[in-house]
Amino acid sequence: MALNAHGRPRRTWWKTALGIFFTLLMLFPVYWMVNVSLTQRSDLRNDPPNILPLDPTFEGYQAVFDQQLPALGISLLIGFGCVVLTVALAAPAGYAIALLRLRGGRTLNFILLVAQMIPAVVMAMGFYAIYVRLGLLNSIPGLILADSTIAVPFGVLLFTAFMSGIPRELLQAARMDGASAWRTFVSVVMPISRNSVLTVSLFAFLWAWSDFVFASTLARNADFVPITLSIYAYIGNNTTQWNAIMATAVVASIPAAVLLVFAQRYVAAGVTAGAVKD
Amino acid sequence: MTTTIGRRATGSGSPTASGDRKGAHARRIHGSPWIAVGFAAPLVIYLIAFYAYPLIRSVDLSVHDYNIRAFVQGNAEFVGLENYVDVIQSDLFPTALWNTFLFVGVSILFQYAIGLALAVFFRNSFRLSGFLRALFLVPWLLPLIVSASTWAWMMNSDSGIINSFLGAFGMEPINWITSPDTALLAVIIANIWLGIPFNLVILYSGLQNIPGEVYEAASLDGAGAWKIFWRITFPLLRPVSAITILLGLVYTLKVVDIVWIMTKGGPANSSLTLAVWSYREAFGTGQPAFSPASAIGNLLIVIALVFGLFYVRLQRREEH
Repeated sequence: MALNAHGRPRRTWWKTALGIFFTLLMLFPVYWMVNVSLTQRSDLRNDPPNILPLDPTFEGYQAVFDQQLPALGISLLIGFGCVVLTVALAAPAGYAIALLRLRGGRTLNFILLVAQMIPAVVMAMGFYAIYVRLGLLNSIPGLILADSTIAVPFGVLLFTAFMSGIPRELLQAARMDGASAWRTFVSVVMPISRNSVLTVSLFAFLWAWSDFVFASTLARNADFVPITLSIYAYIGNNTTQWNAIMATAVVASIPAAVLLVFAQRYVAAGVTAGAVKD
Repeated sequence: MTTTIGRRATGSGSPTASGDRKGAHARRIHGSPWIAVGFAAPLVIYLIAFYAYPLIRSVDLSVHDYNIRAFVQGNAEFVGLENYVDVIQSDLFPTALWNTFLFVGVSILFQYAIGLALAVFFRNSFRLSGFLRALFLVPWLLPLIVSASTWAWMMNSDSGIINSFLGAFGMEPINWITSPDTALLAVIIANIWLGIPFNLVILYSGLQNIPGEVYEAASLDGAGAWKIFWRITFPLLRPVSAITILLGLVYTLKVVDIVWIMTKGGPANSSLTLAVWSYREAFGTGQPAFSPASAIGNLLIVIALVFGLFYVRLQRREEH
């Protein structure tokens, strides 16, 4: 950082050039996905492939709008359900551990760290065994519950870390004014923590939206299909229509793009804070 | 607590937070300790119902002989550790173990090395560095089904861009996904790509915590960039590196989606890892075999926990 203050642009232009080159290399698959999504079906098997979509077609996107809207809606619903459940569970727990000096708070944190390490496939089998009896297989609430297990430990850890930084004087002042623990939580702690709420919500949504393992195990025979399974079924069924597959993939990437554009700093903070991804 | 690097990165580690714990009880803000329990209760109930109970069910599956009918009726025969013995003695076990070792080891090695190189590159900010660094997050944010299917198409034998690129240099096309010789390599390449952002972000935030004076002192002593990296950056970054690698290990061990979507563990089991094997036994065929699947899964948990406990210990030490 310090170097930049002194460094003249002239001295660093080659770094920018190199940085752009690395970024282009890294993002090539993303470009390729967009490129293929715009390629005419008759050109898909060209050798060499068309590097630029000079003659773009939107038939792939047409197929998405004709066929994939219900799947996108289902994934949206599951994502929002997951966000609500995760924040509702994690924020009060973070408050209890960080500010109310919960007994056994450290143990709870330890359990949460370990919980993140359990393979999703093991959880899926456990959920399957339970859901068979409860009749929650192939149901949206069942899938929301299972997907939330990806985000809840992360959420608690993030809320705890953030809320530990809230000055205790603030809470004492609220107490002096006669506010109850609940009132303090709702009117003081939550408004201060809104960036953490945003970060946790973004990740909870994204992970639920992206989930494949739970969807492909717990909702295999459902009459609804989330977008991940829809793409998966697409790949299995017709390997000739790769422009449509890639168009669906592009559309399925929109939440990730939105996240990056509007909440980039929270994303980086989230990666380092919870350091999780399933 | 989350990692110390995380606390610094989120800017939440205000000094007031750490106040001494011994005096805390005396200065409890809201009278009864039960209030805290009340706020944590939903989480605790949730953890018991949706973490502990599925885990117990999975152990229960692995010590019984479950089939679909027994699943619904709940009268499976108790077989003790037989499923575990069967799995370990199976011909597939050494293959899956070796593939897991390669998949995890090679992925981590390259993710870490590339992530570190990029983090060092991005440390001195230059024009657009923040923007470009943000773009590097993209692979990490994309749904795995998207990345996996894109890589699958790029690696397509006949129409894939990778083979056509190799062909431009006069190289023979490679059957990346369809040949048993390269299928594991193909999923490893895709997985390395997926893991670079995570390594970059964590290592970058670790680098930010190395005080600039250290570098200035070294360059005053006339040390070159290469020497500074090996003598200063790398040793000072060791705790963060250890955390990054251990977390990477734990998360890579349990990867299912990327492999399943690209190769299904094939051809001829050449890309079958333990996690994928477990998934395939339980959900991948028409004949779900939950008992061996959960035995494999539980073995995987044991392996993951060994690394996980190392991680927790390291992190605790970092905090003090």
